[in-house]
Amino acid sequence: MHHSVLSPMGPEAARIAELSWLLFLGGAAIFLLVMLLLALALGGGPGVRRRLGARRAILAGGVAFPVLVLSALLVHTLGVAAALGLGEPAPLRIEVTGRQYWWEVRYPDREVVTANEIHIPVGRAVELLVDSGDVIHSFWVPSLHGKIDMIPGRVNRRRFSLDRPGVLRGQCAEFCGTQHALMAFFVVAEEEAEFERWLERLRAPVAKPEEPFLAQGWQAFGQAGCGACHAVRGTPWAGRSGPDLTLLGGRLSLAAGTLDNHLATLAGWIAGPQDIKPGNRMPAFNTVLDGPELRAVAAWLESLR
Amino acid sequence: MSLPNKMAGVPTQDLPTPDPLSADAPLPNPLPRPEGELEALQRVWQTPRGWRFPTVVNNNWIGVLYLGTALLFFVLAGCMALVMRAQLAVPQNDLVGAELYNQLFTTHGTMMMFLFAVPAMEAMGVYLLPAMLAARDLPFPRLSAYAFWAYAIGGLVFFSSIFYGAAPNGGWFMYPPLTSKEYSPGINADFWLLGIGFIEISAIAGAIEIVVGILKNRAPGMTLDRMPLFCWAMLVFAAMIIFAFPAVIWGTILLELERAFGWPFFIPERGGDPLLWQHLFWFFGHPEVYIIFLPAAGMVSMIIPAMVQARLVGYGLVAMALLGTGFLSFGLWVHHMYATGIPQLSLSFFSAASFAVSVPTGIQVFAWIGTIATGRPRLQVPMLFILGFLFIFVLGGLTGVMVAVVPFDWQAHDTYFVVAHLHYVLIGGMVFPLLAALYYWAPSASGKTMSKRLGTFAFWLLFIGVNLTFFPMHISGLMGMPRRVWTYPEGMGLELWNMLSTIGAVVAALGVAMVALDLLRNFRVSNGAEGNPYNGGTLEWLPQGNYAARSIPRIHSREPLWDNPDLAEQVRAGRHFLPNTATGLRETIVTSPIEARPQYIAIIPGPGWAHVIAAIGTAGFFLSLTVEWVWIASAFGAVAVAAVLWWLWTGTDLGPVRDSVAIGGGIRLPVYVTDSRAVGWWAMVVLLLVDGTTFSCLAFTHGFLWLVNGDAAWPPAGTALPELVVPAVGAALVAASAVLLWVADWLLRRGHVIAMSVAVLAALGLLLAGLGADLAALWETGLRPGAHSFGAAVFANQFWQGLHAALVLVMALYLAARAWAGLLDPTRRVTFDNVRLFWTYTVVQALAGMALTHLFPRGLGG
Repeated sequence: MHHSVLSPMGPEAARIAELSWLLFLGGAAIFLLVMLLLALALGGGPGVRRRLGARRAILAGGVAFPVLVLSALLVHTLGVAAALGLGEPAPLRIEVTGRQYWWEVRYPDREVVTANEIHIPVGRAVELLVDSGDVIHSFWVPSLHGKIDMIPGRVNRRRFSLDRPGVLRGQCAEFCGTQHALMAFFVVAEEEAEFERWLERLRAPVAKPEEPFLAQGWQAFGQAGCGACHAVRGTPWAGRSGPDLTLLGGRLSLAAGTLDNHLATLAGWIAGPQDIKPGNRMPAFNTVLDGPELRAVAAWLESLR
Repeated sequence: MSLPNKMAGVPTQDLPTPDPLSADAPLPNPLPRPEGELEALQRVWQTPRGWRFPTVVNNNWIGVLYLGTALLFFVLAGCMALVMRAQLAVPQNDLVGAELYNQLFTTHGTMMMFLFAVPAMEAMGVYLLPAMLAARDLPFPRLSAYAFWAYAIGGLVFFSSIFYGAAPNGGWFMYPPLTSKEYSPGINADFWLLGIGFIEISAIAGAIEIVVGILKNRAPGMTLDRMPLFCWAMLVFAAMIIFAFPAVIWGTILLELERAFGWPFFIPERGGDPLLWQHLFWFFGHPEVYIIFLPAAGMVSMIIPAMVQARLVGYGLVAMALLGTGFLSFGLWVHHMYATGIPQLSLSFFSAASFAVSVPTGIQVFAWIGTIATGRPRLQVPMLFILGFLFIFVLGGLTGVMVAVVPFDWQAHDTYFVVAHLHYVLIGGMVFPLLAALYYWAPSASGKTMSKRLGTFAFWLLFIGVNLTFFPMHISGLMGMPRRVWTYPEGMGLELWNMLSTIGAVVAALGVAMVALDLLRNFRVSNGAEGNPYNGGTLEWLPQGNYAARSIPRIHSREPLWDNPDLAEQVRAGRHFLPNTATGLRETIVTSPIEARPQYIAIIPGPGWAHVIAAIGTAGFFLSLTVEWVWIASAFGAVAVAAVLWWLWTGTDLGPVRDSVAIGGGIRLPVYVTDSRAVGWWAMVVLLLVDGTTFSCLAFTHGFLWLVNGDAAWPPAGTALPELVVPAVGAALVAASAVLLWVADWLLRRGHVIAMSVAVLAALGLLLAGLGADLAALWETGLRPGAHSFGAAVFANQFWQGLHAALVLVMALYLAARAWAGLLDPTRRVTFDNVRLFWTYTVVQALAGMALTHLFPRGLGG
């Protein structure tokens, strides 16, 4: 899993990582130089100290040196920033809406919706459009690109691509309320064919299961009113105020990066989401569903892969 | 002392008699001094004892109380940081929950900024400035005391909100819509908006005092270029407060109006924009960082020369650097908003400006290094903290350049990298210099140095602790740890770095405890501290009594104590200016702002209850509003207004109690002036700068919301503005009120005091009628503040004009009462002049406000 500024997975993040190293090394060199001068001022020979105490030294160190270094740096960084700008149109478009405390992900050209996980084919230019459904969030995947704020009433854009397959972790970077800390997501970089297969599965309508236990889960899901907030593609349930649950069983995590994804954690989440992530919008279902129903709902959702 | 003697005397050749300020003239006052002169001076400046102690106004007491309170808040906010570090010591910890953690980091940041850093610097100003300028006190000691009490009471109540879960939890930056009524329905956000609101008022009160004090209360002959650098720094500091704080005050007014009454400034569905808040907040928030740093830089420029016994290299460059930093810092605010989607071209501009601000800082760093090089460094405790400051601050400055780089900041922004950066800059740039200052200047208050052993021990604990806490945060940030998270997952490689940070925090806390122990054991305030243990060259090291320096020295250089070894003895013997109390009251010499030539003797109010009660009323008013006790708030508000009026009535505009007095050297000065020489005039002008800046923020709000909505929606479809004729009549009435004030002035000059009061009341009627007509016309058209940001902006404008009308109302009645009480005549007219200044401003602002409402939308061609 990649989650560091210094382990880039695509050309944009690589460019920023390269710039970061330049800044760290340059900064370290200047820091050591200034500390050396301070040491000389404290304990150097009379000649050195006389030169350091001249007005010329202040102008050289305090004006000429920073103006030179920073002008060069400014030219360089403007170049980097320009290269990271928005290029030609027609790449793959992905829309992400931040909500307290999860992510809605849409592929508008493919007419699919998912949540808390973004699949991206490697080598394809992606145009990301972000906005917010409630408060300000910030979309940040360090190994992908710098962060971009999700502001209600505005749409912000970023363009990026990924070089190689892998899993990248992202997280909300603008304080957005009680559970800001538990608002993560994953980016799955995969080969084009695999990505297309994933889209196919996501687009396929979910049918009522044959297997009786899973069918019981389907039924309980409907009776408990889960569909008021959640959607499962092809079913009567099309709520949009909670995450879309199509292919939930195939996701890397539950509750926006809060829990590992398996039957037990899912059942526990449905029973008591306020114990696990207090302040999120999902009510507890431990009084609505009995034990067997809970297990059945979890089992059915886990079967959606 | 083998120092170059740069005695720069005032040119005297053109004058028939030697200029009494020149170094060649004999000392202003002869020996022996008359019997009882010193005792009278002591009696006048005596501090109250026992239960009357809260009425104290002497700057040395208020300064120490102020600083002590600021340090208390530093410790309390630091304890919150320790709880947070304990929570983050290991991944997935559940020591404190999400909600409490969010309250903790919000309150920690807010307290450190508003209750510690800014007040601590104002405290140092109140404490040190009179002594450095050789003034008896700052011109408005009750204003300083008022600022202190309002801050101390309000700050303690604000802090205690953490114990009943009502502390603000939306971050110290309070971004809407998270802090709007919809997403923060509780009173937590109101605690921030109202609680901090009046602490800002207290900061502005302090800033007015400092600006006027530095410009008007310097010792005779202390021209601007002989002023100690700390005074330069405090001058820039106070000026920055004056131009920066209005933005956040205006922002908090807008957000509170939105929360309380649903005026949609920040709600996009109704024409608002969350980014409006960010612009207003950071227009204050970025200068705020330099507001904290500049006084610290000023202290460093004072302490280093004393520690190495050499004059500062590049005084002029450093003074220019302070001014330059203050100026540039207002052009940087967008660098907190790189990730908000602002166009690349604007980002490049703000990136370049952010780079540019490192130049003045570089000048200062090299001036300090150069000064150390020319002197003989002594590794005493203040010097240790200065060296620690240089290490930590330079490192923080370099990471500051990094985050000014747009693409890098897209990664670093809102991560622990920035947490590391800002703590390096603020702890390095402010806390270390403040500790150096504490150790350096403590003897000036208590008469003895603090412990070298404890101080050295504290330094090393703090130096190691701070680096151990914050250096690893650079790494955790780059590894993907965002700010303001109450927990983080296992397996991201964050465990080691967070544990190191927590251990470092404990070490640093031990260092703070060591300083506290030293203070408790070795620091006692005494009136009449003597001695100059570090051999400083500036005037605060003159022998001091409760009256400050016995006589006010004439100044010919930047380090008078180094250039004239006899000065301390001359001052103590009373051989310089004003060695007595000339009027039998508290008084100080007021000098011209640039050349510092004596202009008049200002009488200064002594101890009193009025300003203390006013402070309690002010704090009570805002705090009861927070919990929506409207009636109790009104009662507190009434108490505050009554107390302020009482304070003004008894303590200001005393009139010419004496014709003129001799201060020595053949100089006779008036004790009452009414023109632009008067300190009251200066204070009013500075206040109007605050007011004008706030109005600019109001105009910016109109302009910004217009840009967001576009010409067609400003006003939105279906909204009609009143026919121009009604506001035109309103404007004419408002303007006529200003004209009538000139008539009142004419009457006053001729001694028709009662006729003058009638004219003033008539002018009041015109002003209220004009503003009322405008408001009524707007209301008639059906425009309402809640429907769209256009109406909200228009009514915010009306709210602001209404507030001024209310103030003018109080002032006009006060003026009439003074006239009827016989306290106003053609000579004694400072009250009239100041009211007229404020009134004229109100009229101009009202006309500009009407243009904004009625002409601006029409000018768009809509």
